[in-house]
Amino acid sequence: MKEFKYVITDEVGIHARPAGLLVQEAKKFTSTIMFVKGEKSAKATSLMKLMGMGIVKGDEVTIQVEGDDEEAAAAAIEAFMKANF
Amino acid sequence: MVIYEGKAVFEGIAIGKLYVYKKQEQSVKRVKIDDPEAEKKRYADAKETAITQLQGLYEKALKEVGESGAEIFMAHQMMVDDDDYIESVENIIDTESVNAEYAVATTGDNFAKMFSEMEEEYFRGRAADIKDITERILNALSGGGSGGIVSDEPVIVVADDLAPSETVQMDKEKILSFVTVHGSANSHTSILAKTMSIPALIGCPVPLTDESQGQLAVVDGYEGKLYVDPDPEVLAEKKKLLLKEEEKKSLLERLKGKENITLDGQKINLYANIGNTKDLGLVLQNDAGGIGLFRSEFIYLGSDHYPTEEEQFAIYKQVAQTLAGKKVIIRTLDIGADKQADYFELPKEENPAMGLRAIRICLTRPEVFKTQLRAILRASAFGKVSIMFPMIISVEEVKKIKVIVNDVKKELEDAGIEYDKNIELGIMIETPAAVMVADELAEEVDFFSVGTNDLTQYTLAIDMTDRISPWMSSMIRIIPQL
Repeated sequence: MKEFKYVITDEVGIHARPAGLLVQEAKKFTSTIMFVKGEKSAKATSLMKLMGMGIVKGDEVTIQVEGDDEEAAAAAIEAFMKANF
Repeated sequence: MVIYEGKAVFEGIAIGKLYVYKKQEQSVKRVKIDDPEAEKKRYADAKETAITQLQGLYEKALKEVGESGAEIFMAHQMMVDDDDYIESVENIIDTESVNAEYAVATTGDNFAKMFSEMEEEYFRGRAADIKDITERILNALSGGGSGGIVSDEPVIVVADDLAPSETVQMDKEKILSFVTVHGSANSHTSILAKTMSIPALIGCPVPLTDESQGQLAVVDGYEGKLYVDPDPEVLAEKKKLLLKEEEKKSLLERLKGKENITLDGQKINLYANIGNTKDLGLVLQNDAGGIGLFRSEFIYLGSDHYPTEEEQFAIYKQVAQTLAGKKVIIRTLDIGADKQADYFELPKEENPAMGLRAIRICLTRPEVFKTQLRAILRASAFGKVSIMFPMIISVEEVKKIKVIVNDVKKELEDAGIEYDKNIELGIMIETPAAVMVADELAEEVDFFSVGTNDLTQYTLAIDMTDRISPWMSSMIRIIPQL
């Protein structure tokens, strides 16, 4: 399993459209990608649950990636987070 | 005659019949079904219909209000196609053996409730999006069309509030004006009214009853008033105003879409000036060749703290992307004098017009200046951006600025962040000093922009108000000197 942490710098946090794009990005991989913040967690492929976590600016999220293509998936999601959130 | 007061979001006069727009209420019944697979198929079809509709709305809105106004429909598509939502609907159909309508309505309610209970206002606002997409799927399931305006003639649309999906579906030829009981100045309705250049009122307590339907009315977007069943004198007066407006508009309309060429064949780039991203709709609608001046100080004036790099970057990027390759000239912070922001804590001066302002502030507070430059340079990777510096008085100043710009470029390069390496740098010519050394300045920069207001004030040493005619011979001579 690959794991990394990311602190949100986007003003409104993980919000609708970029969150939707994140879901699309996550679906490119077979690995399971989990977003964890405190006690809450959601799969990166679940838009509603992801938005339901209410991730806002300054929050630190842990992203866990597990599966056959976890190397590539973790790298892609990390790059996506940096570019969008 | 009854007069209702509201807040005008766009000026103008509209005279016509009221059209009371009511949301199509869906009443969903819970029905037991025998064939869950058939219901799931009905749902899957309705979902596809909803996505196709939203794609259409996205493209329509993109043309009418630009990328920022259209994004919402992209987000809605993603919500309709969301795995959680789909799973929930299918699960309800399967486990409860109920019709697709009931399963969709229940799913929509659950998710809307989840969002409306969240802490942050932004996420609470998403409950409305969930309701909107749920209505859309329900509509598709019932085979019902989308709500439009049923009228032979153009009307004044009155409504409680209008969702983006409602306004964008309306036939724009049929709308004279929008009047809503609720709604905010930043709402989609307001943006649409601005881009359509039609008068609109918000917060106007007009009764949405059958009696109002079809009544003759006048919207006065200057006074922020709605006159229902106007007295003959009022009607005559407003008609005169409207006629004048139309004359003025038609004169300008004739020029729109034409290439900007003078009678003697000189091509002139006609660009728009903007103060914030809200002006972008008008820029596109009026077919500007680019943005000649983005007054970035409005970002600072509209904020209670120094705008961060990210805040600024998001704005500049949106402007650059929206203009899609057309030129965008961003003028760096021109604050001070008549434009003050408290957090700058500028010293009180005897003579602020000649005091610490614009580039002088930027050069004495390089950290503020660098933040802005980084944001602009990063945005330059997303379109054709140029940077312009205000209130220049000497070549030395320009050289200092270029050193700072190069520092910032190098920082970005070292961090592997993209920017336009050929970004053009320009200056405002708005002091007599700059006119005097224009030839030397020209060797340092890519372009000039003449700021006639300040240049006139500083040349004549007369305050920049209505006291002076711009056609003084000194002014007519100073410009060709350039």
